[in-house]
Amino acid sequence: MEKIVCVLCPMGCKIKYSVEDGKIVSVEGNRCPRGLSYLEDELKEPKRIVPTSVRVVNGELPLASVKTSKPIPKRLIPEFMELVKQVQIEAPVKVGDVILKNVLDTGADVVATRTVKRVNSA
Amino acid sequence: MKTDVLVIGAGAAGMAAAIAAAKRNLKVVIAERDEITGGILNQCIHNGFGLHYFREELTGPEYAERFREQLSRYTGSIEVLTDCHVLKLDRNKKALLVSPKNVFELEAKVVVYAAGARERPFGSLMIPGDRPSGIFTAGVAQRLMNIDNRKVGRRALIVGSGDIGMIMARRLTLEGIEVVGVVERLPYPGGLLRNVIQCLKDFNIPLYLSSTVVEVKGSERLEEVVVARVDEQFRPIPGTEKSFKVDTLVLSVGLIPQVEMLNGLVTLDKRTRGIACSNTGQSSNEWIFAAGNCTAVFDLVDYVTKEGERAGEYASRYVNGERFSLGVPIVPGENVMLTFPNYYNDVDDLTLYLRCKKPMEKALLKVGGFEKTFEDLIPSEMIVVKIPKQKLSNLDRIEVKLEEV
Repeated sequence: MEKIVCVLCPMGCKIKYSVEDGKIVSVEGNRCPRGLSYLEDELKEPKRIVPTSVRVVNGELPLASVKTSKPIPKRLIPEFMELVKQVQIEAPVKVGDVILKNVLDTGADVVATRTVKRVNSA
Repeated sequence: MKTDVLVIGAGAAGMAAAIAAAKRNLKVVIAERDEITGGILNQCIHNGFGLHYFREELTGPEYAERFREQLSRYTGSIEVLTDCHVLKLDRNKKALLVSPKNVFELEAKVVVYAAGARERPFGSLMIPGDRPSGIFTAGVAQRLMNIDNRKVGRRALIVGSGDIGMIMARRLTLEGIEVVGVVERLPYPGGLLRNVIQCLKDFNIPLYLSSTVVEVKGSERLEEVVVARVDEQFRPIPGTEKSFKVDTLVLSVGLIPQVEMLNGLVTLDKRTRGIACSNTGQSSNEWIFAAGNCTAVFDLVDYVTKEGERAGEYASRYVNGERFSLGVPIVPGENVMLTFPNYYNDVDDLTLYLRCKKPMEKALLKVGGFEKTFEDLIPSEMIVVKIPKQKLSNLDRIEVKLEEV
């Protein structure tokens, strides 16, 4: 049996599984169904939620933290970061605001995870 | 000024305590030295928070914002003082507070102390060599990058593989800073396995186990860090030195409960180094309750919130005239590094937090008449169990043991 640690949440379930002819034939140790989809993704196309931040203009803070609304393919992370680096948004920003839609065609949005109030520049 | 409850610190524990007290119709003042409430959550922009408490995964700022929002629903009963530092607390329940506007005294019927923890500083590591710029604790680097939009350096080495260290390794990498490695004194990683995977392995960042920094070099800015392997007593092994040319060193070498303000007022626990508390959150001084990382350093903010609520609830009951005894001592036994709480009062079942002393494949936890088997234990992953009070009756001390099976 192979072993893998699910990274979807801090429970960190230790999943034991075996594969025959490219198919998962047995799985144990995952405490929720997300563990199974994590395992499937991990064998095919590993995916991660990416938390980072974007620049804010006229905000009480220079940055608003953001995350991808769902995991995106790991191999796209460098390209994703390049893209996010270019982004600059106007305050106010509210938690849950969609900053980028369907980023890199992954089906995931980039959403704000922090409220940043507007300050009027002098 | 007078209030029923003074909460010191508006991080996860303090906010939860304030809300719990307001729900019981008490007048609450919550003092926070930062400009906003939320504490360290504000700079922890990674995900992984709230899974136990909200049944969904949030980032730190989102988690903080949910509680900030709740605080604002109790404007009638909770007064939030930000940018406000509690200078001292005296034996007569009077606190001296200072803010940019004024210095004033506040008299409370009960205090919930929720001041969190501080990072172990570079100075305490006794590392030989120069003292150049470019050496940061992980929390400071995190604040500079995630709040202030400052880049901390170009090429970095991380010391300590606790969760904060690994998360910062990923953060630095994502922001274009080259992370050449993470150095860990112990023979196993200090943080959660999920972070070893998603923060280090995903980015091919090497983890140097059983290793330590033996010298830092640099005239103004850090230029070089020398790392060596250590033996079982953590002594560097001569001849194993490896040099890293880096301009940045990030330290994630532990958190220390912040307790100084209560010196002389409460007793501390020698294992957690935090304020010794009962399961009610009460300290050795009956009108001082405490919760969160100032009592013991917790793995998850969800636990801290729960403990804050608990302290807020019992502090409120104290204001309303109930009196609690600390209860019987809880003592770490075989293979147990520390436990929280430190005393048990049978007003309720016991939520017990503990850490094992060493990695264990399989262990049987024994607490009074309670037993439970655990697998794959490591010291960095806190064990949490709820123990019914029936299993703890008629004990004059509660020993917590982990037997190898």
